[in-house]
Amino acid sequence: MLASKLSRNRFCTLLKRCKSTLVIVEHNNEKVTPITLNTVSAASKLGGEISCLVAGSQCAKVAEEVSKIKGVNKVLLADSDAFKGFLPEALAPLLIATQNQFKYSHILAGATAFGKNLIPRVAAKMDVSPISDIIGVESEDTFVRTIYAGNAVQTVKSNDDIKLVTVRGTAFPPAEETGGSAATDKAPVDGISNDLSKFISQELSKSDRPELTSAKTVISGGRGMKNGENFKMLYDLADKMNAAVGASRAAVDAGYVPNDLQVGQTGKIVAPELYIAVGISGAIQHLAGMKDSKVIVAINKDPEAPIFQVADYGLVADLFKVIPEMDGMLK
Amino acid sequence: MASLRVLVGCKRVIDYAVKIRVKPDKSGVVTEGVKHSMNPFDEIAVEEAIRMKEKKLASEVIAFSCGPTASQETLRTAMAMGADRSIHVEVDANQAEIIQPIHIAKLLSKIAQEEKADIVMVGKQAIDDDCNQTAQMTAALLDWPQATFASKLEPAEGGLKVTREIDGGLETIQVKTPTVISSDLRLNEPRYATLPNIMKAKKKPLAKKKPEDYGVEIKAHQEIKKVEDPPTREAGQKLETVEELVTKLKDGGFI
Repeated sequence: MLASKLSRNRFCTLLKRCKSTLVIVEHNNEKVTPITLNTVSAASKLGGEISCLVAGSQCAKVAEEVSKIKGVNKVLLADSDAFKGFLPEALAPLLIATQNQFKYSHILAGATAFGKNLIPRVAAKMDVSPISDIIGVESEDTFVRTIYAGNAVQTVKSNDDIKLVTVRGTAFPPAEETGGSAATDKAPVDGISNDLSKFISQELSKSDRPELTSAKTVISGGRGMKNGENFKMLYDLADKMNAAVGASRAAVDAGYVPNDLQVGQTGKIVAPELYIAVGISGAIQHLAGMKDSKVIVAINKDPEAPIFQVADYGLVADLFKVIPEMDGMLK
Repeated sequence: MASLRVLVGCKRVIDYAVKIRVKPDKSGVVTEGVKHSMNPFDEIAVEEAIRMKEKKLASEVIAFSCGPTASQETLRTAMAMGADRSIHVEVDANQAEIIQPIHIAKLLSKIAQEEKADIVMVGKQAIDDDCNQTAQMTAALLDWPQATFASKLEPAEGGLKVTREIDGGLETIQVKTPTVISSDLRLNEPRYATLPNIMKAKKKPLAKKKPEDYGVEIKAHQEIKKVEDPPTREAGQKLETVEELVTKLKDGGFI
């Protein structure tokens, strides 16, 4: 009896030691994307060693940055022209080769356009059902995520041997960027090529404002802004408050602002300290992207607008009077 | 590339405008007696497939859905929009509980091979499980390239040029056909099915199948431990003036 208990304890320790997580680093070959830090922090909740995979072309600088992140034990560098444009057709075979060599129990990536594109492709190759956009880690096999545009919270246990997970950045604090000293190793890149797809070009919206998903303050405009020019009022106010600017789907569809500013179920999920919704009614799909903000302010002339049901402070007034007035007071 | 065959996946989900309710026993959300319709992203996928046919890029559009018998309504809608025929893979209530994107991807990949499809199109995510996985998994199983979150498709040498919505803006890639595409909101504006077309759709062929017909086993990869309401926010405060708002923001240390 005692012996079997002892050996079971030993078995548990062994299992614990075997637990190891691979975090897929998102970057642009120059700098790490901030969500990688949140993903490392989610990984640290699982216990076990954390390795980070940096795949790209000419990305040694990124690997160096990653090796300093607190909590990271090892960095794997996969530097090859095959990874230009971070296409999943090339990255998936790399991940599978890496998994075959190191046998991770968990593979994590941020739930961004990059992570969402890659993780399910890898999961299917491993015959594993991935878990999307987690907001909590209950245990090494049980995760919390939202469904129905954030209107229900699901706790799900994975029966798969390997857990492939994407992480909602706003649900985990960022890991510290310094304090780590991980060794860098080479990832198995030999023989990886991709003739199925080709990266052609990118058109990124340029802005000096903070990045939407990590900004402390977000000011968003909706259909009530009436046109694209009027968004200038929000940009000016945002600049004074060091805020990012977002938008509702209505404002994007009407062409007032580019798609990548959309906050909501199918756009970006944000959870800033302060969210100011201007001329946004507050459809279910928009609320899904912002209702975890610490403080929500709604400015809308319709007192019945659903946005007021989630707002900490509501102002029923014409935004065309309120915004210039606010702007004036901040001078 | 005049003769592409397009297989388009459509899911029956609770209508996007419905305010969902969590079951008191926390096992899931209430679906009985609730309005359902085609997943909005799948409508966009169906629309794009039909437009490809109208531009003579595609020769046939096959709609697919997996779910209980009621999924056939969704397929009729797809056919009323212009799909030529449908395949319904029916699952029983027990299987429906555990079905996930991985199972759908297995079915889609088998059907794509059997029907010799050149393009598999699905919406980027279903608005019920919010997974955003099926297209990527189908592409993996077929070893085809994937063009996810597509907002524009153009024919190109040997395949398609696809503009994708990414976090910082837009990206253009080229994929070889056969390929899998997932549609983003901005790809198109889906058409309404007209009454004559709804009538015509009733006569279009709808094949009834089972997962076993494609050798796909519906095995539970995950267990739902519980489904709960999200935390509710405390009632806020209505302010009277801009001064008050600015004071509140100052007190909060925001400005």
